[in-house]
Amino acid sequence: MKLSGAEIIWECLIREGVDIVYGYPGGAILPFYDAMSKYPQVHHVLVRHEQSAAHMADGLARATGKVGVAIGTSGPGATNLVTGIATAMLDSSPLVCITGQVASPLIGSDAFQEIDITGITLPITKHNYLVFDIHDLAYTIREAFHVARTGRPGPVLIDVPKDVQNAKIEFEYPEGEIVLPGYHPPKEASTSALEAMLRMIGEAERPVILAGHGVLMSGAMREVLEFAERTQTPFALTLLGKGGLPEIHPLSLGMMGMHGTGYANLAIQNADLLLAFGMRFDDRVTGNLKTYAPNAKKIHIEIDPSEIHKNVRADLPIEGDLKTVLNQLLPSLSPLEHKSWLGQIRDWMEDADERDIVNQDVGERLFAAHVIHDMWKATGGDSVVVTDVGQHQMWEAQYYLHQNPNTLITSGGLGTMGFGLPAAIGAAMGLKSSNVWAIVGDGGFQMTMAELATAVQERVPVKIAIMNNGFLGMVRQWQEFFYEERYNATPMYAPNFVKLAEAYGIPARRVERRHDVIPTVEWANSITDGPVLIEFVIEKQDIVYPMVPAGADLHAMIRRPLPEKNSV
Amino acid sequence: MKHTLVALVENKPGVLNRVTTLFRRRNFNIDSLTVGRTENPFISRMTIVVDSDADPEQVRQQLYKLINVIQVEDVTHLPGVSRDLALIKVQVDSQTRSEVVQLCDIFRARIVDVTPDSVIVELTGDEQKISSMVELLRPIGILEMVRTGVVTMTRGEEVLAANNYAQRTGQPSNGHRATVI
Repeated sequence: MKLSGAEIIWECLIREGVDIVYGYPGGAILPFYDAMSKYPQVHHVLVRHEQSAAHMADGLARATGKVGVAIGTSGPGATNLVTGIATAMLDSSPLVCITGQVASPLIGSDAFQEIDITGITLPITKHNYLVFDIHDLAYTIREAFHVARTGRPGPVLIDVPKDVQNAKIEFEYPEGEIVLPGYHPPKEASTSALEAMLRMIGEAERPVILAGHGVLMSGAMREVLEFAERTQTPFALTLLGKGGLPEIHPLSLGMMGMHGTGYANLAIQNADLLLAFGMRFDDRVTGNLKTYAPNAKKIHIEIDPSEIHKNVRADLPIEGDLKTVLNQLLPSLSPLEHKSWLGQIRDWMEDADERDIVNQDVGERLFAAHVIHDMWKATGGDSVVVTDVGQHQMWEAQYYLHQNPNTLITSGGLGTMGFGLPAAIGAAMGLKSSNVWAIVGDGGFQMTMAELATAVQERVPVKIAIMNNGFLGMVRQWQEFFYEERYNATPMYAPNFVKLAEAYGIPARRVERRHDVIPTVEWANSITDGPVLIEFVIEKQDIVYPMVPAGADLHAMIRRPLPEKNSV
Repeated sequence: MKHTLVALVENKPGVLNRVTTLFRRRNFNIDSLTVGRTENPFISRMTIVVDSDADPEQVRQQLYKLINVIQVEDVTHLPGVSRDLALIKVQVDSQTRSEVVQLCDIFRARIVDVTPDSVIVELTGDEQKISSMVELLRPIGILEMVRTGVVTMTRGEEVLAANNYAQRTGQPSNGHRATVI
């Protein structure tokens, strides 16, 4: 049967198992939209801005493990996708973006809404394509999904000129194996590497596991936990690694890095062996590289060979898929104990407990840490939480303890404000769940709050918690510490969020006192047929502790001051 | 010391752009980059010389991240043959012309064009040889010069064969209007 290019795109999406796409129509993508009604098995979600389409697809991908799909037209439609694509790139999220392009005879003529989107997205996609011939279309889409989801996942963009969407050919879906001569993600470790690893593990007295996003993407949760328990090795998580291992566990150190727990960072700095599992030694994780874990040998298991030796020199680099490598290793791994090392770590934990604000009596004042701690309690700790970027994101990472994989979705690498709400909508739709919370700040929320309309139109039962402190809090914190409290451009006006929500027909409440937190969260949990919003009016000038200043030594943390004892 | 990498890449539009974008984005300095056909019509070959401050292994691994890059080898320390080709237009008069001819003899260069006022010298060799001849021609008067950049092949058993790689699957046609690499 003859099909148009537009119909071929839909046919291919269906064969890739896509059932939801996020997009925004426009001139150059109109043939694709015209064919949409023939394919009711794919649900199209009309967003309010293409950036959000990419974030929603990203949120869906991270929550479900499927490839997310975002659609935009040429020109501004395509450029609006850019931030969302870059976000997915930096966090290795599998995304396929399809953009319309002006008809191929017009390409290069600066036609209306023409932009070189493959050129623009070259450094922020895993790969991209400009399809000039309808005969290449189906294969290109197939290849794009393969590239997006395999190896170290990432976003792929396909630019399809309007005449290619309109052209018709006899359609035959290209079956069979995809062969890319230049694409071979590594899988297994060599026997000699495994032997070296066993030797180093056996010799270590103060080992620490650094568990990253790779644990989740490789699906190695069970294997890493088994490794940790059998060898009694404590584990610290990267921000994107949260959920990969249970945080309520005697070996858990919580998050590492700039706003990580003091004991995780101290453990890393005092370790004699770091086991880096699917993580990339980001500067927010290491602090000053010159003084980073100075006495530790490093074993780095990583699927992307370019990450090995990039920031931190590995003593034993292992290119491979984490789950595969650990399954090779586990049969020969003997049980170990590290009693004095774990005892040392417990002492550091007790000091942190004393400083922790959740253990301090602050009366009815509302601190974000308390709100998130209470939300964690009220949701039984098993919600999927999607955050925006800033202070609330770090407090989430510190106070919402995740036990299950893929339950924290956050923009880690790019730190994209505005990510929270649309990504939460995507996650809730992908999971078909009403147990997805967007925890956002008043700043980031205002960047993409137009998507409230999308949530209502699609009846997405997403729960929105705004931490409103009237400031761009994280920037304000840096201004307080490093710019002599010159709060330039950080105090921020916000609308009445409750009334705003009501204007969209969204039930909403404001919380200003500690004892209202849990009942209001429970009220929100009872609403399952559409979005619901809570505004928490929190302390204006609170600080995320501990903090390692950018570029400082990892152990040089600014800690929350100890509470004054028996003050009169 | 400079590093020389040899890369086999798919012969497709935009691949050169992908490679150069990568170098710019990762802050690797390119000293020279040449690209041309191989014995396999679907594969092109690049010789890339990078500045010493880049870690050649990191450059290699970053290149591998490009889907169109098939194989990359650091040949800096391997015995090999490196050749650069230069065309040099030299201003001459009746007296200096013979001087240039003499230099060409010494360097085994050829004169490929002669006019009353100038000659074009064609010279092939490694970078050093070309640079030495350029220095000797400079006082005579160089009007114009172009160099191709280095191409490299390792000696003997070390083979980087493009014929080991089949064309990728799919693609009933190569719809692209030109192979622009």
